[in-house]
Amino acid sequence: MRKEVLLLKSMLLAVLILFIPQIGLSADKIKVGVLHSLSGTMAISETTLKDTVLMMVEEQNKAGGLLGKELEAVVVDPASDWPLFAEKMRELIEVHKVDVVFGCWTSVSRKSVLPVVEELNGLLFYPVQYEGEESSKNVFYTGAAPNQQAIPAVDYLMNEVGAERWVLAGTDYVYPRTTNKILESYLKQKGVAEEDIMINYTPFGHSDWQTIVSDIKSFGSAGKKTAVVSTINGDANVPFYKELGNQGISAEDIPVVAFSVGEEELSGIDTGPLVGHLAAWNYFMSAESDANDEFIEAWHGFIGDEDRVTNDPMEATYIGFKMWAKAVEKVGTTDVDTVRPALYGIEVPNLTGGTAVMHSNHHLSKPVLIGEIQDDGQFDIVWSTDGEVEGDAWTDWLPESKVIVADWTDPINCGNYNTETKKCSGQNY
Amino acid sequence: MMKLYFVMLFLFVFPAQNIFANESSESINSLDSSFELLTSKSFSDKTKAIEAISESGHPSALGILSSLLDGKLYYGKKDKKIVKIEKIDSKIFKTFDPLNNDSLGEKKKRELRKVGINNKLRGLLNEKIAKLTIFSEDKKTRLQATRNILKNLNPSSVEIIRNAVKQESDADVRELMQICIYAADAQSNDREIKLNAIRSLSGSLYPEIGILLDKLNTEQLAKSEKDTELLEALDESIESTKLKKGFYKQIENIFFGLSLGSVLLLAAVGLAITFGVMGVINMAHGEMLMLGAYTTFVIQQLMPNAIEYSLFIAIPAAFIFTGLVGIGIERGVIRYLYGRPLETLLATFGLSLILQQAVRSIFSPLNRSVITPDWMSGSYEFNPALSLTYNRMYIVLFALLVLFALLWLLKKTSFGLQMRAVTQNRNMAKAMGIRTNWVDSLTFGLGSGIAGVGGVALSQLTNVGPNLGQAYIVDSFMVVVFGGVGNLWGTFFGAMTLGIANKFMEPFTGAVFAKILVLIFIILFIQKYPRGMFALKGRAAES
Repeated sequence: MRKEVLLLKSMLLAVLILFIPQIGLSADKIKVGVLHSLSGTMAISETTLKDTVLMMVEEQNKAGGLLGKELEAVVVDPASDWPLFAEKMRELIEVHKVDVVFGCWTSVSRKSVLPVVEELNGLLFYPVQYEGEESSKNVFYTGAAPNQQAIPAVDYLMNEVGAERWVLAGTDYVYPRTTNKILESYLKQKGVAEEDIMINYTPFGHSDWQTIVSDIKSFGSAGKKTAVVSTINGDANVPFYKELGNQGISAEDIPVVAFSVGEEELSGIDTGPLVGHLAAWNYFMSAESDANDEFIEAWHGFIGDEDRVTNDPMEATYIGFKMWAKAVEKVGTTDVDTVRPALYGIEVPNLTGGTAVMHSNHHLSKPVLIGEIQDDGQFDIVWSTDGEVEGDAWTDWLPESKVIVADWTDPINCGNYNTETKKCSGQNY
Repeated sequence: MMKLYFVMLFLFVFPAQNIFANESSESINSLDSSFELLTSKSFSDKTKAIEAISESGHPSALGILSSLLDGKLYYGKKDKKIVKIEKIDSKIFKTFDPLNNDSLGEKKKRELRKVGINNKLRGLLNEKIAKLTIFSEDKKTRLQATRNILKNLNPSSVEIIRNAVKQESDADVRELMQICIYAADAQSNDREIKLNAIRSLSGSLYPEIGILLDKLNTEQLAKSEKDTELLEALDESIESTKLKKGFYKQIENIFFGLSLGSVLLLAAVGLAITFGVMGVINMAHGEMLMLGAYTTFVIQQLMPNAIEYSLFIAIPAAFIFTGLVGIGIERGVIRYLYGRPLETLLATFGLSLILQQAVRSIFSPLNRSVITPDWMSGSYEFNPALSLTYNRMYIVLFALLVLFALLWLLKKTSFGLQMRAVTQNRNMAKAMGIRTNWVDSLTFGLGSGIAGVGGVALSQLTNVGPNLGQAYIVDSFMVVVFGGVGNLWGTFFGAMTLGIANKFMEPFTGAVFAKILVLIFIILFIQKYPRGMFALKGRAAES
């Protein structure tokens, strides 16, 4: 009998020890929302980012949480369904009362949550390279703006590779269309003739690239060095590169520089025929720095698979999370209106060396890197900007956005401010 | 890969009588200093190193340069010593001394760093290797070397070609070498040589020649004194090249159309059978394609050492597996819904979602990598203006094979006879003692199995992921509706017409708009011919 009583008592004790701290804390946790598709077409890319946020939350908790409180991740699945992103965003803020959200990948999903996050005064960190032409009070863009990816990549091809003829190939939606519009205008201002630019759009998931690749081949054999700037998105890249390899277009003849192909996308294909083609990002897994080695090790430990790769949007998520944590620690609260101004000027070390700084236009300063694809699916960094490039929300290369600036500090306090008419036209969704 | 193979062969066969043999201690010293330059981060240092190695005349120079090109040259992180590696697996390498191929034991990847090269260096390496291999015993190596020399022609390489052509025995290689020489002569200052060279280059399909002729033409036009004879010769050469290129472009377009048509045929022919015989609109048909593609993936995982043959096993495996799944679906769901098309449509649509999610749970939502065997990658070059990719050629052949196998099954076997009987008049067939239930099951199994086989082919062209089927289901329905129900030839002509139409429109309208136009065309077409191109006639068409 006594034995049993002892057993019961110790069990009760164990239960108390285990649960009391949690009961005590659960009332006072900081909630981090994760809004990434875990099913549907975008699951391929976005699942990794969900895991990245979970890893960051775990690490932060191991280091004692934030403001003495534990962090809790709230994961929802918007299922690659753009209107559902808006609903899930509302759910995160109204039902789960999250303090911050990390999420979205495609521009159309971001545009879909914008009205919600602004109405409910939430805080969203968007970690993917995008077309710019936007700055919302409630969104921080930790991915590259066009001047941090597209423009430097074109400069590289023009100055280092000597390209004179350009193919702008993209998937048919807002990001490639806007980026190509900016690039076309940029190239023309640099003196490239109309007939030396070929623009081509294909549907999502396009798989029959024979004609287009053959066209690129003949376009490229006109005596001038030709380069392809690819904004082809998602898994259409795999058959595109396969066809390039099969038709024998090598990187020495016609280099392809991609803005949406990273380590993750290459992990699905045999990169043998692609060696030498290029990608422009702010981060490559192959970057040599201690911070990057630690990050990769932590990622492998968290995911339990040594073969998983890291990529640029993961670094953007990492920087965004660190910045938010730093800002929260600085002001001692998670209140959006207090944290937001505290984020301006916050510095976090990049994984590639140097520091990222958040500016009052809600964009980052980041280094731009050009990498060449290797046969092991990694990139060899062949070029980088001298220092960090400051993100420009409204491009200087389109006449209509040249005059617009974003600055969320006084006196402008606007994401869409026309310097000529001195007017703030607010957000156009 | 091929290049390396030939180079290795060359090294293997002629280690002793290497024409560049000049083993002085100086050359070895100079390699030491170039090796040091190779470990530098700057690409201009590496350029110097490559120049030095290729000029050194060292017997291993070629081996070193081709290892560098193939990314097999590494150096120790600590001792900076250059080694050649062979991969054992992704973590451990076998290392060799690049100078004499002596084994240096195994090393971990972490201890080594690759000698990185960029596109400029790759071009330089190709040129240097070409110069070193132009006297190779192997014909293909010589051809490749000459081709690379043509790509960046310079006076020193032309000199080498002029020497090489004298002892060249093979006609193909000699012809190409002759073109190189003409290309050099066309830039000569001697008017007679120039004129002769330009005339000889007429109709040459190499892009480099086209560029050269254009350049010469603009040069001549810019001159104040026009040399009419020269200009005429240029005009004539450029014109004939253009004409030939245009002709081959059309052939290429037709081939592209046929290959797209073959893909459509493989995707649609199974649907044509189930739709034609049973009148069942199977929305899960695309998922059968997907299952076939995943079968290929699984087979390749099971036999990682025999990837070259994996497709031959994957084809029957996919046929049997998806066929069984098809029979299961028919027995489990569809047979309860005969005569209720709307319910069948919804049920099969639901099934397609279930299958997609099942694959997502088992294999992850990420695309799986199906390896293309070596014999299916690359392209066959008929001439410099026309090269057709192997994978597409095989798929056209395969699609035809599947079509004829099906035709044989339908026309020559008793199962085919019963199937045709059920297609034409179900009740009458029943009355004649055909077990229509059984025929239905097998037909559905056959249709699904064929889709599975199509999936194996698709795995070589597109991404193997849970959404693979959705991308093809709409196209398949288009082909079946356009071609006419219940006739395999209808499906065949439907697929090929749509494929070729699509490919001929694409260059003018772009891929997106071409698809829209095809869709509009089909809508208009079935207004006029509601039963498709090859409609069943007579009493069979009454139902």
